Amino acid sequence: MALIHDVMPAFELFQPVTVADTLALLDKYKKSAWVLAGGMDTFDWLKDRNKRPEIVVDISGVKEIRGVQATSDGGIEIGAGTILSEVVQHPLVKDKYPILTQAAEVVASPQIRAQGTLGGNVSQDTRCWYYRGGWACYRAGGNICYADTPSAINREHAIFDADRCVAVNPSDTAPALIALDAKMVIRSVEGERMVDAEKFFIGPALDITRMTVLQPGELLTAIRIPATWAGASFYFEKVRERQVWDFPIVNVAAVFVVSDGKIERSRIAVNAVAAHPMRLTSVEAAIAGKPRNEETAKLGGERAIQGAKPLAHNEYKIPLMRNLVKRAIRGQTA
Amino acid sequence: MENAPETPTTPRSVSRRQFIQGVIAAGVTASTATYLYRGSGSVLSKSSLAGSTERLITINVNGQARHVDVMKQETLATTLRYKLGLAGTKLGCDRSECGACTVLIDDVPRYSCSVLTHTVRDGKVITIEGLAAPDGKLHPVQQAVVDHQAFQCAFCMSGFIMATAGYLKTNPNPTRAQLAHGISGNLCRCADYNKILNAMMHAGELMRRT
Repeated sequence: MALIHDVMPAFELFQPVTVADTLALLDKYKKSAWVLAGGMDTFDWLKDRNKRPEIVVDISGVKEIRGVQATSDGGIEIGAGTILSEVVQHPLVKDKYPILTQAAEVVASPQIRAQGTLGGNVSQDTRCWYYRGGWACYRAGGNICYADTPSAINREHAIFDADRCVAVNPSDTAPALIALDAKMVIRSVEGERMVDAEKFFIGPALDITRMTVLQPGELLTAIRIPATWAGASFYFEKVRERQVWDFPIVNVAAVFVVSDGKIERSRIAVNAVAAHPMRLTSVEAAIAGKPRNEETAKLGGERAIQGAKPLAHNEYKIPLMRNLVKRAIRGQTA
Repeated sequence: MENAPETPTTPRSVSRRQFIQGVIAAGVTASTATYLYRGSGSVLSKSSLAGSTERLITINVNGQARHVDVMKQETLATTLRYKLGLAGTKLGCDRSECGACTVLIDDVPRYSCSVLTHTVRDGKVITIEGLAAPDGKLHPVQQAVVDHQAFQCAFCMSGFIMATAGYLKTNPNPTRAQLAHGISGNLCRCADYNKILNAMMHAGELMRRT
């Protein structure tokens, strides 16, 4: 797309410092309000003139939703506005859930991690370049998918759960949070609701224009991670073309509790293979009670890719995903 | 708000470069007017709500309080280059993808092309112009770059220097691999990375010596 070296089109900017004020603004302006945290996803949209919000609500000054705290049940609560580099450096996270440290560490570049937030990383929009390029596709309210035509380039697109739209969710922290069974705390003027990380992300079959359950007027304020998986055996791996900036081609996050050499319970999630990060419950069921070895890894890997449907240029993602799940179950790093 | 003495930012005589800058700044102002009056007038008139912002703000740049008229949608790179005349900060991609616009905000390297100026009202911004000591003595990172002639075209240089100056504050004695990772958010189109890393490793040495 054309690169425009000019200021963004005008919007009205609000910089509330409390959640209450933020929610009042989001309620007042509903669909015309755009929540800005780190802005690392936002500014591309605005600079390219592909989204034109009238109202931007900058929540980077809301201190209530920033920081990491221990919760009474032995888990932790991370404010949605916590900067990724703070998540990476925080001793509580590193100590209990190093899988989240690892996932946040491989996001984009140092400067982006110093500004982007955890809430923003899970709420970010897809990177499908047809959609982001301003094409009037299904996701943008049109009636065609430009990434799934005979001449489309779709190397990075979905192999699962495509429904008209074949875009994928690009978040690195999302699969880690699903593996940890995190709960997303969502607030609006009407009150608070809590959604499992697994259910926070939605595919095109449910709503083709959104990536998460967040509705206009709602704000993701915190992410709670229960004590359940603290100190478990963790595995995270991200495959990307270049080691900085890049979004995942496929990533995998997995937690295991192993006793007597057998996998007692596990949670495994992969991302960048569908419009939502996928929890692999069938793999978890298949490997339960089995030793953590090559044979089990092979079984899990094969089970993971059942039902995968490649597009013209992304068949390579199927063996890639299979092997990443295998490595997670084996527990070996490259 | 502190009242640091304001040095005159515009010299008496206007150089060709400054004249061109002035013309560019005028262009920005002119296009602003069209944005302001495009369709959203009803929204722009309501500004008494909690969290509403004013355009006239003060930001701390290179240790000075700078009063400046900033549009709501203005990025820090635009303010620095076209309002404050600090053109040492370069705009490469304008999309958080190259690092040429890196400045320090509260000692942390950030992409100034992707920061709204209104979000740094409480912060301290350091640009390449503010890195050297007041007496003109170069910052160790600048000195190392001169000593090693680290850059070819040097368009990415300001960004690399700021990124390195920020990183070395958090890790004063990095390995080459750590440093490469620490400043991996900057690109060099001349692909001069080895020489840049040589210089930046030397910069670490100079900083540890002082």
